[in-house]
Amino acid sequence: MSGVDYLAPASVADAVSALRASAGSARLMAGGTDLLVQMRGGRAKPQVVIDLKRIPGLVGIRCEGGGFVIGGATSGAALGEHVALKAAWPGVIEAANLIGSTQVQGRASLGGNLCNASPAADSVPALIAAGAVCIIEGPAGVRAVQVEKVQAGPGKTTLAADEILVAFRLPARPARSSDAYLRLIPRTEMDIAVVGVGVSLTLDAGGVCNAARVSLGAVAPTCLLVEAAGAALVGTTLDDAALAKMEAAVSEACRPISDKRGTAEYRTKVACVLARRAALIAKDRANA
Amino acid sequence: MSDGNQGGVDLKVVGQRPIRPDGVDKVTGRAQFGADFHLPGMLTGRIKRSPYAHARIVSIDTRAAEKLPGVKAIVTSADFDAGAAGEVEAGESHAAMKEVAANCLAHGKVLYQGHAVAAVAATLPEIAAEALDLIEVTYEVLPHVIDVEEAMAADAPVLHDDMYTKGVTPKPGKASNVAAKHVMGRGDVAAAFKAAGVIVEGRYETAAVHQGYIEPHACVASWGADGQSTIWCSSQGQFLVRAMVAKILNMPLSDIKVIPAEIGGGFGGKTTVYLEPVALALSRKCGRPVKIVMSREEVFLASGPTSGAVMDVRLAARMDGKITGAEMTLKYQAGAFQGSPVNLGLMTAFACYDVEALALTGYDVVSNRPKVAAYRAPGAPMAAFAVESAIDDLALKLGMDPINLRLLNAVRDGAKTVYGATVRYSALVETLEAIKASPHYQTPVGKGQARGVAAGFWFNVGGESSAAVHVDEDGGVTVVSSNPDIGGSRASMAMMAAETLGLPIERVRCTVADTTSIGYSGSTGGSRVTFATGMAVVEAAQKVVADLKRRAAQTWECDIAMVEWKDGVATCTDPAKDVKPLSMKAIAGKTAKTGGPIAAEVSLNAQGAAAGFGVHVCDLEIDPETGRTTVIRYTAAQDVGRAIHPAYVEGQLQGGAAQGIGWALNEEYVYGKSGLLENASFLDYRMPVASDLPMIDTILIETKPNPRHPYGAKGVGEVPIVPPLAAVSNAVSRIVGKRMTSLPMSPAKVLAEMDK
Repeated sequence: MSGVDYLAPASVADAVSALRASAGSARLMAGGTDLLVQMRGGRAKPQVVIDLKRIPGLVGIRCEGGGFVIGGATSGAALGEHVALKAAWPGVIEAANLIGSTQVQGRASLGGNLCNASPAADSVPALIAAGAVCIIEGPAGVRAVQVEKVQAGPGKTTLAADEILVAFRLPARPARSSDAYLRLIPRTEMDIAVVGVGVSLTLDAGGVCNAARVSLGAVAPTCLLVEAAGAALVGTTLDDAALAKMEAAVSEACRPISDKRGTAEYRTKVACVLARRAALIAKDRANA
Repeated sequence: MSDGNQGGVDLKVVGQRPIRPDGVDKVTGRAQFGADFHLPGMLTGRIKRSPYAHARIVSIDTRAAEKLPGVKAIVTSADFDAGAAGEVEAGESHAAMKEVAANCLAHGKVLYQGHAVAAVAATLPEIAAEALDLIEVTYEVLPHVIDVEEAMAADAPVLHDDMYTKGVTPKPGKASNVAAKHVMGRGDVAAAFKAAGVIVEGRYETAAVHQGYIEPHACVASWGADGQSTIWCSSQGQFLVRAMVAKILNMPLSDIKVIPAEIGGGFGGKTTVYLEPVALALSRKCGRPVKIVMSREEVFLASGPTSGAVMDVRLAARMDGKITGAEMTLKYQAGAFQGSPVNLGLMTAFACYDVEALALTGYDVVSNRPKVAAYRAPGAPMAAFAVESAIDDLALKLGMDPINLRLLNAVRDGAKTVYGATVRYSALVETLEAIKASPHYQTPVGKGQARGVAAGFWFNVGGESSAAVHVDEDGGVTVVSSNPDIGGSRASMAMMAAETLGLPIERVRCTVADTTSIGYSGSTGGSRVTFATGMAVVEAAQKVVADLKRRAAQTWECDIAMVEWKDGVATCTDPAKDVKPLSMKAIAGKTAKTGGPIAAEVSLNAQGAAAGFGVHVCDLEIDPETGRTTVIRYTAAQDVGRAIHPAYVEGQLQGGAAQGIGWALNEEYVYGKSGLLENASFLDYRMPVASDLPMIDTILIETKPNPRHPYGAKGVGEVPIVPPLAAVSNAVSRIVGKRMTSLPMSPAKVLAEMDK
């Protein structure tokens, strides 16, 4: 019979040493809303659980250089209550707040959602669309990586075994910018995205889009940044032709599987629909 | 019998809405459910389950597991009594005990993924889990079959080589997966179709769906050194658990005491045993109490869903809408062992309608799925889905209002059902009229929305029940019920006792007794408890009233005919006597001088349960680009006789509608190619959550109280799950523009139909 050791280091350095010492038998825990369920179901059997929430900076939100730095273990509930963050990045916050139930929101975090590496993670397409950057620390120091570079496949990330995702940086927002996230679930909550789409864009004074990013969830082994879809919107007012072009790019990028949650054909169709709707919501928000 | 003893307009408690007596414990977490019970020295039991859909068990090697420190007992089917035979009354059906035993622990073959193969009891949950891994089962994997029609095919893998289709003459020459063929009918169907002005037909499919009770199966079993044993468990019938365990372990009934725990939902799914005989066999082997609690995954894999079905229906009607004949064939999944509710499907399919000629055929078909268990009006919702869809087609074809078409065909008192009963005390017509007049139906359908209507029927049953009424020394009363309370029955028992005794509801408490503390009772099922056990409670209370009057007459030395019992007080009506009224409290405090304690127990076999009818109307909209359905407005009307506690009756209507809507829209067992269940969790088995549904409005039709019940009660719990499948699909079909014939109507399926 084997127990599980619980560690709650007070610094990133201590957490990194604990990770190295465990030689692969440890799992990092932010909110634990995925990890603990996996442990109870027997799918994860770590010998050591390293709780990150006591490390300064891992929990909390601060404004920096006109943008925001969000601790990787900050709860969805805390994100939802941050007025300035929500005003600047409504799409990121609505995505984060869709994870689980009210109870789960008290724990679930952006860092956990990304590193659990589910292609259906709600917050990840929104973060990718937002152009969010991960701050990652390891024995070699600190590095910054775009969110879209972190997922490597279902349950896999590009982080080294002794690296820790510490925070997310959301850039400063030009005027007339906004974002939106939409997902399709058969129910209204307590469900996993059949498809998720994040769109972030900026309009010029004339209402013409001059920057746009589109990201898809649950249509490939990882959440995708679809550059061609964003490019289809740039230089347009999101007229029907531009939206059709964006949808074509989205459709082209989708490579979903058919499973119990939806067929490949259905996922591809719905990805296009949600991308169009999310783009129009982001546009309305940017104009507001 | 209680005929004619109807309460009138002066009812004081019946019809009120007092707080339920079990409510506070349940919302504060104090209520003790199946998993909450602990005993000193108790072991944890775990079940080793089949990873295959169909396989022969070549060997089970338990030696390594037995050597693990902390492991105290391991059992397989060899530890059951091989002679377990006969049948046990199980709610709405009989259960063949040999098969119940083989479902609890597989014998020779595993017949579905999750089928129990062995069980272990250990000092810690972790040790039990490790021991499961050490039990080595060698399987010879066999071809499997999941789909009901594939299972009926001549070349299908056969689950039971001794199963020859019953109901077929001559007896078939070879074994098959068709356990039984049921045929029912009357009249000249061919003539009806020949003379028909209009014919509609369709083929319908529904998926297997689970009851989804929130509490997983759980029990503690403790074997005594002399064989006298106790089981604590969450079930719909402590007497049923006792009977089944006694058969499987070959014990006398009186050596087993079953103590019912609080139950966290059953819906029919807890009218059998899975864990109790296994836990007691483990306890017998090691002499220590053993607790087994299923995980949610085990609940989905190995406890009863209800049948998925394939159904063909054909209606013949006159041009004015009168249905003159119908043909129907039902193929129901039974799971791994025979016993689908297909016969109940046949009996209920046309029970709402007066149809002269009927030809109904049903097939009970086994396949490599978990054995089905009863689920709220077992067998009826699927059949009603097909029939109510066909009637909707008929209304469309004739351009008739769907309520008017149903009114034209509705059964009225005196009609004969296809199974031979005569319709009595029915209020289907009134229920249809109430929906027609409802604010919902009177409101035009919203833009982009559609409306669906459907009706449903359930028999409701009576049967054997016992109850006792004890007068406490302070004048309060304890009601002892024999039925686990799954739907607020303690409240209705206490209310009927209070009404009969003339006491305020706060002075009456109700408990659910174990098998040694009250006479036998059938299970909580068939919508029978408020009717049958309620009748026993009222009769016991009437006996107590008679005894109280006798004692008052004795005290006053007057004729008992001169004693009136009203509002909990005895009054002497003899003008010659100058005596003060005697209260319940006064009489209860002096029982030693008047003949001893006051109590009465009544055991009866309640007859005269009246059937129930429901009519539901559903407004919904569909996102045309995603196929996602949103139910906007929903009203359920039901013929309830008289509602003892209207709020809990309304709750039954709402709960049934919610489950039926889930069945219609998203719930299904999803199997992969290897015959393994892919969605054994609440995440991917999508029951509706609260935010998925609008408020379910209810209309209680109380124009026809059941004269065979002291307060007019009819069963109410099952009817409301019968209409929703078709009420929802009739509305979805309107928006899609074609008949939706396959449940669930998941977004992907609806979008595919819309895009066709």
